[in-house]
Amino acid sequence: MKDSPGLHLKTYTLLLFIAFFAPLGNVLLSKGMRGIGSAQDWAPQGLFHILMRIFMSGYIWLGIACLLAFFVAYMLVLTWADYSYVQPASAFSYAVVAVLGLFLLGERVNLLRWSGIVVICFGVFIVGHTHPRTTEKR
Amino acid sequence: MLEIVFLTLIVAAGTGGELCVSHAMKAVGEVHDFRPAALARFVWSAARVGWMWIGIGMMTVAFFSLLAMLSMENVSFVVPVTALSYAAGAIGAALFLREKISKQRWLGVLVVCLGVTLVWLSRR
Repeated sequence: MKDSPGLHLKTYTLLLFIAFFAPLGNVLLSKGMRGIGSAQDWAPQGLFHILMRIFMSGYIWLGIACLLAFFVAYMLVLTWADYSYVQPASAFSYAVVAVLGLFLLGERVNLLRWSGIVVICFGVFIVGHTHPRTTEKR
Repeated sequence: MLEIVFLTLIVAAGTGGELCVSHAMKAVGEVHDFRPAALARFVWSAARVGWMWIGIGMMTVAFFSLLAMLSMENVSFVVPVTALSYAAGAIGAALFLREKISKQRWLGVLVVCLGVTLVWLSRR
């Protein structure tokens, strides 16, 4: 199987892009949802009220913009790389989300959770050392 | 109980959707030109593949489930736990996309799942 020029470089670049924008989007969504509060009432009127508040939140829209940027990068990398490579390799975002949660939302991240995140990053490192593409190029 | 339902939807619909999108992207073909006009053409080509829309539909279900979970739990807990989809993703990629998953890649996926378990335990 012949690699296209710069396969690894463009794969790593887009994976970094994914690892940054996906957690940033999630943190912004979380910040937006915190302002709205927990969904207590599951009746249609209550749900409609919550949906309206979601669509009027600036943080939600910023979060959606970040997730759209992430999704285009994700689509691009999947045109050449395996899904089973991209999916675990993009798990580096879990370290980014913990740092963002800590500094932007003031969430407490305990030692066990940090340990889990370190293990996830190690798993990503192992997957990152496999070849990005195992199927034939179309 | 509601949290378990949302978590299941995030993992099953999210992974299924991503597998469909991956299938659609392989049909579009490798992108070499990253200029804005070329990227716009790429997005247009992707939008014309049926699998893309099935994938987006499933990922939308997962997205709203994620929003519901985020209103109940901390983001540093919710997002890592959804990484359970890595095991489902690897199995799906082997069966549905015919990817050859080496022992090293399986090991990496298992290590990621172990990390997820630690994150889950950190909740208690």
